[in-house]
Amino acid sequence: MSVLVFADAKNGKVIKSAFEAVSYGAKVGGGSCIAVTYGDVSNADELGAYGASEVVVAKSIADNDSQVLSALVADVAGQKGANTIIFSQDFTGKAIAPRVATKLSAGLVSGAVDYPTADFTIKKTAFSGKAFANVKITTDNRVISVLPNSVGAENTGGSATVSDYAGDVGVSKVKIIESKSAASDGSVPLPEAELVVSAGRGLKGPENWGIVEDLANAMGATTACSRPVADIGWRPHHEHVGQTGVAIRPNLYIAAGISGAIQHLAGVNGSKVIVVINTDAEAPFFKAADYGIVGDAFEVLPRLTEAYKKFKASN
Amino acid sequence: MKFLVCISKVPDTTSKIAFTDGDTKFDENGIQFIVNPYDEWYALVRALELKESLGGSVTIITVGGQADEPVMRKALAIGADEAVRIDAEAKDPGYIATQIASYAKDKDFDIVFCGKETIMYNNAQVPAAVAEYLDVPFISLATKLDLNGNTATIERDAQGGVEVVELQTPFVLSAAKGMAEQRIPNMKGIMAARTKPLNVVPAFDAAETTQVVSYETPSGKAECKYIDPENMDELVSLLHNQAKVI
Repeated sequence: MSVLVFADAKNGKVIKSAFEAVSYGAKVGGGSCIAVTYGDVSNADELGAYGASEVVVAKSIADNDSQVLSALVADVAGQKGANTIIFSQDFTGKAIAPRVATKLSAGLVSGAVDYPTADFTIKKTAFSGKAFANVKITTDNRVISVLPNSVGAENTGGSATVSDYAGDVGVSKVKIIESKSAASDGSVPLPEAELVVSAGRGLKGPENWGIVEDLANAMGATTACSRPVADIGWRPHHEHVGQTGVAIRPNLYIAAGISGAIQHLAGVNGSKVIVVINTDAEAPFFKAADYGIVGDAFEVLPRLTEAYKKFKASN
Repeated sequence: MKFLVCISKVPDTTSKIAFTDGDTKFDENGIQFIVNPYDEWYALVRALELKESLGGSVTIITVGGQADEPVMRKALAIGADEAVRIDAEAKDPGYIATQIASYAKDKDFDIVFCGKETIMYNNAQVPAAVAEYLDVPFISLATKLDLNGNTATIERDAQGGVEVVELQTPFVLSAAKGMAEQRIPNMKGIMAARTKPLNVVPAFDAAETTQVVSYETPSGKAECKYIDPENMDELVSLLHNQAKVI
């Protein structure tokens, strides 16, 4: 089976979620896959270590337009005879994968959290994290988009040949006027973050977020918040995790002053480990927690920051 | 301006999710259905705001059976002018997108609005697939939309931040939080919705491309381990040695 993986790039680099998608593609392809990326990327060859035997780079494409990129992926799939196309279910992947599936008359499973079975049944999240669905692709061509942080990127030490894309896929009808970085501190975007520190109404006001940010900075974690806090404007909307916000699957989710309503849990229960800090011992979040601290976030968070710094200094 | 807003019927956000028939079917018993929040709060309301300031019409469309009509009336009560129900089982995202695009292709809609994904299947496939069938641009995860003639300026969530983009109609967009504020229908709207047109259109030919084989609910967590709030060194040590996440 020939597998093609779309590797998204930003600011001249193939991004983190693309390495995971290539690892996934190589597993599905029985050890190797072909990758396609675009723009002025400097690290395309690094995909070789994650299982790409060949990387095709479309240098003339600068922007992430879904029409242009889907035409590119479908064209490369045709050239290479690939019948299985892998994306990361990230910002760009979500916009392109359905277009590519449509072009190739392929079934698409989006948000895959595991590898396909022999008959191409794939486990994916559903009901905003409250359940999983096992979905079978019944077409000859297949598209899978993999939820970030679900299988992980695996460095297997191979290498790839890098070639330039030769075809023409037209020009974007969408003009990018401005690109603003959301995380001005350079932290990892929430859907890709491995460590997340989150807080809710228990913090009592936006002026108190310093203790949340201190812990996040110490750990190299990304900050998040509950819906009420985003709705009243204490924190920006893009930090809202939950059923109607961002769904995340970090290795560690630390929640302070969040009671754990079912809608919030839906967005975070893919986390590997959950730590809950709340003054209310009856808070429903403790039922979903691996570690619980019944205590005041205003005392516990600074103490945790100090404990983490001490651990970091001696490890 | 002619706007089309795609809506889906989904279980209320507070629903406990369960399955029947050997975990192959969603258990609808006791479930309250609502308009998918992204479709209603953001896509529909922004389309209505633009219609109110620029003139034009807002049509809502869904693919489903008669059981979908109550949520369609809700969308009409919020202010949509007319509703279209394509009388077909909502089989898979590709099938649904084909139905919507087949209906929309000769209707000259300026903008097709969708929510970013449903809270039921979280596929986020229909908006981009509709755009592909219609051969128009697609803007995902839009949080702000302004129109000046046929030129749209849109803010959207993108890799690593926010992008401001500009393009000409027609196009498809998927709406995310920030686009508009939820509207509660008033009595006048609810009364008016009863007599607004709800057109039922027969299904178009389309192939099925995926099948849900079964569902699973996440395995229950082990008991929460409580830690003394005075002893954060213990937590750090457990996270490192036991959970191995730091």
